[in-house]
Amino acid sequence: MSLPLFPTNDPGPSFSELLKRVGGDVVVPESGSDAAPQVTHGTTVVAIRYADGVVMAGDRRATEGYSIAHRAIEKVFPADRHSGVSIAGAAGPAMEMVRLFQTNLEHYEKVEGAALSLEGKANQLSQMVRQNLPAAMQGFVVVPIFAGYDLRRRMGRIFKYDVTGGRYEEADFHSTGSGGRDARTTIKLGWKDGLDRAAAIELAIDGLYEAADEDTATGGPDPVRGIYPTVATITDAGFERVADEEVAERFQTLIQRKTEAGQMA
Amino acid sequence: MSMPFYVAPEQVMKDRADYARKGIARGRSLAGLIYNDGVLICAENQSRTLHKVSEIYDHIAFAGVGRYNEFDSLRTAGVRLADLRGYSYSREDVDARSLANAYAQTLGQVFTHEMKPYEVEILVAELGVDGNPDQLFHLLYDGTVVDEENFTVLGGDADSIAERLKDGFSEGMQLGPALQAAVKALAGPERTLTAGDLEVAVLARSNGRRAFKRILNGELEQALSS
Repeated sequence: MSLPLFPTNDPGPSFSELLKRVGGDVVVPESGSDAAPQVTHGTTVVAIRYADGVVMAGDRRATEGYSIAHRAIEKVFPADRHSGVSIAGAAGPAMEMVRLFQTNLEHYEKVEGAALSLEGKANQLSQMVRQNLPAAMQGFVVVPIFAGYDLRRRMGRIFKYDVTGGRYEEADFHSTGSGGRDARTTIKLGWKDGLDRAAAIELAIDGLYEAADEDTATGGPDPVRGIYPTVATITDAGFERVADEEVAERFQTLIQRKTEAGQMA
Repeated sequence: MSMPFYVAPEQVMKDRADYARKGIARGRSLAGLIYNDGVLICAENQSRTLHKVSEIYDHIAFAGVGRYNEFDSLRTAGVRLADLRGYSYSREDVDARSLANAYAQTLGQVFTHEMKPYEVEILVAELGVDGNPDQLFHLLYDGTVVDEENFTVLGGDADSIAERLKDGFSEGMQLGPALQAAVKALAGPERTLTAGDLEVAVLARSNGRRAFKRILNGELEQALSS
């Protein structure tokens, strides 16, 4: 492989542009058929702002129609040191989008010698969601949540997207995917300004539990296989995955609380 | 029509090499050495923003001396090559050896075919993981690759600096002593270099996936005096 040098038409710090130059960019289907093939879908993800930053969480289930396609899929990913992205929708294009997004951010940082601002990262993702629009029209919808710690404003920030690449900043929390509405309601009831880490994680877990309770496509905690939702915090110190043991313990507490309150159903 | 004078190919190559060496000798030198937690690169560079040492990939670093615009375009091309490979295959499939080969091809090509050769020398350093050794690839302006052990010096006065570094270097040094040995060798007997004259970065096993880290301000002062 020889060095990719571009004497003219230089792609600058953009990895997507570089991919186009070397002919390796993502293929988007051009014409639609009415019957979209059934593909793997990922579902509920949440993001909550708290005192030190943001908590992101997602269940682990992927579905294909009414079947479970995967029990331990990951939907929450680090985008770079100080931001994370979580995905709901068609799993294939979503994972590809995340991988390209991660590479894009790191590539920019290395070429330019400085990381993009949080706003810049959010806009970059917006463009990628927009590029997916033709595929979305055929049923391969990808709707991410982007959240991170803004090193300039010194606070956590959350961005949600629609299929057209529309980017909207949420002040406090957001949840998307098929169980998103249930999770959102739960979080809305429990959210207040200046939550600490433990309370924010607990709230995220509460939201996912209620979503799994109401939505077939959202997976709940699975103590038999030891599969628990992915939870991560993003603070000044960076993206940090919350250990499975801690998540399991919090679910235990939640289930105990529910049982004692007589909410078995 | 006038005919160009005949110049022997040996003479052409020698002239080009002299030209490149002169250009390189005008800049300041840098040293790369292996210490107990990875690779240390120490460059004499007064600028805080125009870097000689940078990150290429998870375990790979780049350093260049000579003409800034030339080695910086090589650096960018290296980042592009590494990211493209990592994206199309896997992060594990990106290695310094193939990157050094790509650099050698380009430098060799430019040296023989272009109007003027690149006036640069570059270092491609790789942190060894999973029991693999750390590697230092030293590339010259004509595409020559040298796989160096323990330490290497790039720049105009490389031979005498390397001679001094040989005395100060020992295997398995800590960061502080390794840095001090490099600085002493770069400075020579008549000068002293302070933190403000240096650009220092490491590829350290303790840094996790992205092993590259710049040693700045307080940390640099501390390493210089420890």
